[in-house]
Amino acid sequence: MDTEPRFFETNGPGTGGVVGQPLNRIDGYDKVTGKARYSAEFPQRGLAYGVLKGSEIAKGRIQSIDATAALKEPGVLAVLTHQNLPKLAKTPNDPEGKKAIGAPMGFLPLTSDVVHYAGQPVALIVADTFERATHAASLVRVQYAVEKPLASYLDPKAEIFNPEKVQDDKTKGYTRRGDARAALAAAPIKHTATYTHAINHHNPMEPGATTAVWEGPDRLTVYESTQGITRTQKSLATMLGLPQEQVRVVTKYLGGGFGCKGASWPHTVLTVQAAKAVNRPVKLALTRQQMFTGMGHREDQTQTLQIGATQEGKLLALVHEKTSTTSPWDNYAEPNSKIINLLYACPTFESSYQLARANVMTSTFTRAPGEAPGSFAIECSMDDLAAQLGIDPLEIRLRNYAEKDPTNGKPWSSKSLKQCYARGAELFGWSKRNPRNGATRDGKYLVGYGMATASYPVHNSQGTARVRLYADGHAVVQSGATDLGTGTYTVMTQVAADTLGITPDKVRFELGDSRLPTAPNSGGSVAGGTVSSSVYVAAQEVWQKLKKLAVADKKSPLYRAKLDDVMVEKNRLVLKSNKQKGEDFMALMKRNDLPDMEGTGNGKYGSGYEAAQAALNADPTKKDEAGEHSMHSFGAHFCEVHVDAELGTVRVTRWVSVHAAGRILNAKTARSQIIGGSIFGIGAALMEETFRDQTFARYTNASLGEYHIPVNADIPDMTVEFIDEHDPYINAMGVKGIGEISMVGVSAAVANAVFHATGKRIRELPITPDKVMGALAV
Amino acid sequence: MNNFSYTTTSTAKEATSARKDNAQSAFIAGGTTLLDLMKLNVEQHPQLVDINMVPFKGISETADGLRIGALERMSDVGENPLIVQQYPAISEALLLSASPQLRNMASIGGNLMQRTRCSYFRDTAFPCNKRNPGSGCPAQTGDNRGLAILGGSTACIATNPGDMAVALVALDAVVLLENSKGKQRRVPLLDFHLLPGTTPQRETVLEPDELIVAVTVPTAAHARKSHYVKVRDRASYAFALVSAAVGLDVQGGQIRSARIAMGSVGTKPWRALEAEKLLVGKPANEASFRAAAVAAVSGAAPREHNRFKVEMVQKTVVRALQEVAV
Ligand SMILES: Cc1cc2nc3c(=O)[nH]c(=O)nc-3n(C[C@H](O)[C@H](O)[C@H](O)COP(=O)(O)OP(=O)(O)OC[C@H]3O[C@@H](n4cnc5c(N)ncnc54)[C@H](O)[C@@H]3O)c2cc1C
Ligand code: SF4
Repeated sequence: MDTEPRFFETNGPGTGGVVGQPLNRIDGYDKVTGKARYSAEFPQRGLAYGVLKGSEIAKGRIQSIDATAALKEPGVLAVLTHQNLPKLAKTPNDPEGKKAIGAPMGFLPLTSDVVHYAGQPVALIVADTFERATHAASLVRVQYAVEKPLASYLDPKAEIFNPEKVQDDKTKGYTRRGDARAALAAAPIKHTATYTHAINHHNPMEPGATTAVWEGPDRLTVYESTQGITRTQKSLATMLGLPQEQVRVVTKYLGGGFGCKGASWPHTVLTVQAAKAVNRPVKLALTRQQMFTGMGHREDQTQTLQIGATQEGKLLALVHEKTSTTSPWDNYAEPNSKIINLLYACPTFESSYQLARANVMTSTFTRAPGEAPGSFAIECSMDDLAAQLGIDPLEIRLRNYAEKDPTNGKPWSSKSLKQCYARGAELFGWSKRNPRNGATRDGKYLVGYGMATASYPVHNSQGTARVRLYADGHAVVQSGATDLGTGTYTVMTQVAADTLGITPDKVRFELGDSRLPTAPNSGGSVAGGTVSSSVYVAAQEVWQKLKKLAVADKKSPLYRAKLDDVMVEKNRLVLKSNKQKGEDFMALMKRNDLPDMEGTGNGKYGSGYEAAQAALNADPTKKDEAGEHSMHSFGAHFCEVHVDAELGTVRVTRWVSVHAAGRILNAKTARSQIIGGSIFGIGAALMEETFRDQTFARYTNASLGEYHIPVNADIPDMTVEFIDEHDPYINAMGVKGIGEISMVGVSAAVANAVFHATGKRIRELPITPDKVMGALAV
Repeated sequence: MNNFSYTTTSTAKEATSARKDNAQSAFIAGGTTLLDLMKLNVEQHPQLVDINMVPFKGISETADGLRIGALERMSDVGENPLIVQQYPAISEALLLSASPQLRNMASIGGNLMQRTRCSYFRDTAFPCNKRNPGSGCPAQTGDNRGLAILGGSTACIATNPGDMAVALVALDAVVLLENSKGKQRRVPLLDFHLLPGTTPQRETVLEPDELIVAVTVPTAAHARKSHYVKVRDRASYAFALVSAAVGLDVQGGQIRSARIAMGSVGTKPWRALEAEKLLVGKPANEASFRAAAVAAVSGAAPREHNRFKVEMVQKTVVRALQEVAV
């Protein structure tokens, strides 16, 4: 049964009440009718098709490439290799270039004879049809000087090192808070556990795709499947040596991304160079198999978490170590430790990262990078600790509830986790949980309840938007954001409608073009909060201009009113002191012969919700640009599983998620997002795993036939709710973002339910039937 | 994928002659195996001979059993009332296969001819004795979680991954073949698939100019009481980790006849004849079933990652027998 979505009361000047409502996706019709154009679907005159040929080997050098047969095929226009790729102004192959390009991509194929990973592009074939290019690719013969590759950190020959920084230099390789080792040694209760996480791939429905069109010798348009238009624009401009404004990037629709479209990847610039070489527009879409080596993944990793606690289950020490595989050129590791440091009140903490280079494509942001696998470790260990001490899993979390941010002692801007726990427990029926593990049976199934906490930071970000309000009552609102398919078009339309006091059908929201005002990457759950705040602030600027116009307009009922005494009510400007007195913006604009009026706005992290609401008159008092508060969303997942007691299959039979993430912009798209993220988490918990052959360092299941993600039959009806949460500090709209929190804690909730059902703790994801059956047999 | 020509045929003679003239060509029915492998460059055929208009149709009751035309679709066969009632294991196996879309396309003949899902076989960058004889078998020490514990050789341990063939082999199905001379022969399904030995590239006894015309299944009490259990990594749309097709004829608590076959554990659909013999005359209870299951896996030679199958398939056999015995 679906639970009724619960709405926010809408606040603020001009809000007409559609923000928060479960509006259907405004792009839904275009999508189901095929009208929506994805990046590989923009028709171009003289379009040619690019196909990448990937390396068969994982390590070595290219000795020779014979393209003779391929070039003889009808329709083949070019075979580009490291020997003839048009030269780039900069490549990411050296540290300076990498920095300038600003992408995590630290190595560009087709710029030398080195092979670093299996599937690495070694040739790009361009032909007049896709089929001809594909066939020609199979005729290109590459000779390699093969070297023995390393497949992962588990290889005995792998050299493990302690990096100074990980995750693209954003996270320290070693952190400590207090003396966690000493606290651990002295703790009366200790718990140590090691967790492994399989390689996961993002697998968005729409693959990476580029259509590159040179409009002139130094003007480029790229239709790109990316979560970050500006990032793509910058990195391409740098590599090509062009001014940024001569590179236009367009992304009208995305068929998912899940992190893999957050960075720039080799195929984009290679397609651009191919278009230059053949002097025609070229489009290239990665094949599903190439999606496994073309756009990163979640790395294979082991985490060891040591906990020291009191007899009452209060945390005293957390010591976390992570070892994972990275590429030959990168130091990427998901920052797992952050959530472990943050989730519970604990006086001491230590974390360290170990890496080993192997012959793999670099890993990258993947569906709640860091938080998802990190929460698996801490939330399973907390569950164990509860079992060890005979405390209810929910109770132990409450005992360690962090009233302040444990990492820095700052107060939270808002935190409604207790309400999430309480509401989730109530909806789920947590009180019916049998305190004994392995004690609940339903026929051939063992039944288990599990829960876990979720949290995700509100990342520092900012963006801009432009609002143009027309005297006939409609508005065009623009921001260079992208819509991953999650509902950006829709929610921004709602925000614009409410702040302008018009109905959503009168708003056209445009996004996905580098010519529009700059917006942040749709990643790290920042788009919702930042773009909505930009729209909001831009609309306020329009209102401010209108107010000034009104008080100076002899014919206006507001003539000579004090600016401070004028307020916005829906689509009208009225006197605060006498709301009867006023007029709507259409009357005002028409009388003044103004066909339209424009405002631009900057939506910023920490810029304050109430401050922005009162922006027209009051001084912002609730700003937190100085960062006095810690800003995070929180939530809780509750899960019931049925485990086949003999065969070990696990099915999730009930699911409840309750989140608090500030203002929820659209109850329907928000619910969908939480459902989607939870399903990803269930996938990671139970089935998602890419196998890398340890001898060949090559994936063996690079297809959606063998890389299992959940199907409908794996997923029960899911109950999702949001706690009303009013956060005055976050940003103008009070939106924390719900992109990633949906997945955090999910795999732990499932694993904890399996533990409760069977009494067996499985710490190696995914929890496949063979592992459960094996554990049950012991 | 390479360029190929495409020919439609409407009689068996036309189709088999086309292939006799050009052994590199391939018959295409639903295309759900063939086109995949061609796109992956695992198979290259200069010509496709479309057999969908050849009248190998019909699902009928004959004097001694059931006859299914080779060009019937998996979905039609799986939902056929005669099969649902009289040969439930066949219906269950089909409806637990693949996805509805695939089942609507895929034919019974093509299903019997489907090739292994061994990952090394499906990626031409790897060596593989089956795809490229003599190049080696990385699966022996590599990713072999899905591969065979029975019937393997040092050359190949690829499983036959299909579901329907497991049910059919349990129920003594016979495959009817016809060649370009119009000559027909009947091969028990048990003998239709070959063990890999040193020639894993040869998978069936089918000659290049032969077509599968139909499959027949004898009527039997144990066919009416038959059942298919499939264990997999997700609830639907996945190949089996292990599976079991069983049939039981129990009278007065005593087993009169039994059938057991196992899927995704053998290099071909694996019939457990010894285990069946053990059951005859025994009470239909858990102890008998367990003893039979132990016999069913005798000779198992698991590798590093598929060791679990030895236990899992026994449990699956027991589960299937228990469910059908009630
Ligand atoms: C994603 C996916 C998932 C799948 N999951 C399952 C599953 O869970 N369980 C399962 O059992 N199967 C599964 N399958 C396999 C599927 O059942 C087979 O692909 C299908 O049955 C093949 O039938 P077809 O008619 O499409 O064969 P085609 O692809 O047309 O042909 C396959 C082969 O058989 C030959 N052939 C076809 N008909 C005849 C004939 N009458 N005589 C002689 N030779 C013939 C062809 O020449 C070709 O070599 C899956 C397939 C896919 C793609
Ligand atoms: S098991 Fe068979 S199919 Fe798989 S790699 Fe070995 S030879 Fe090839």
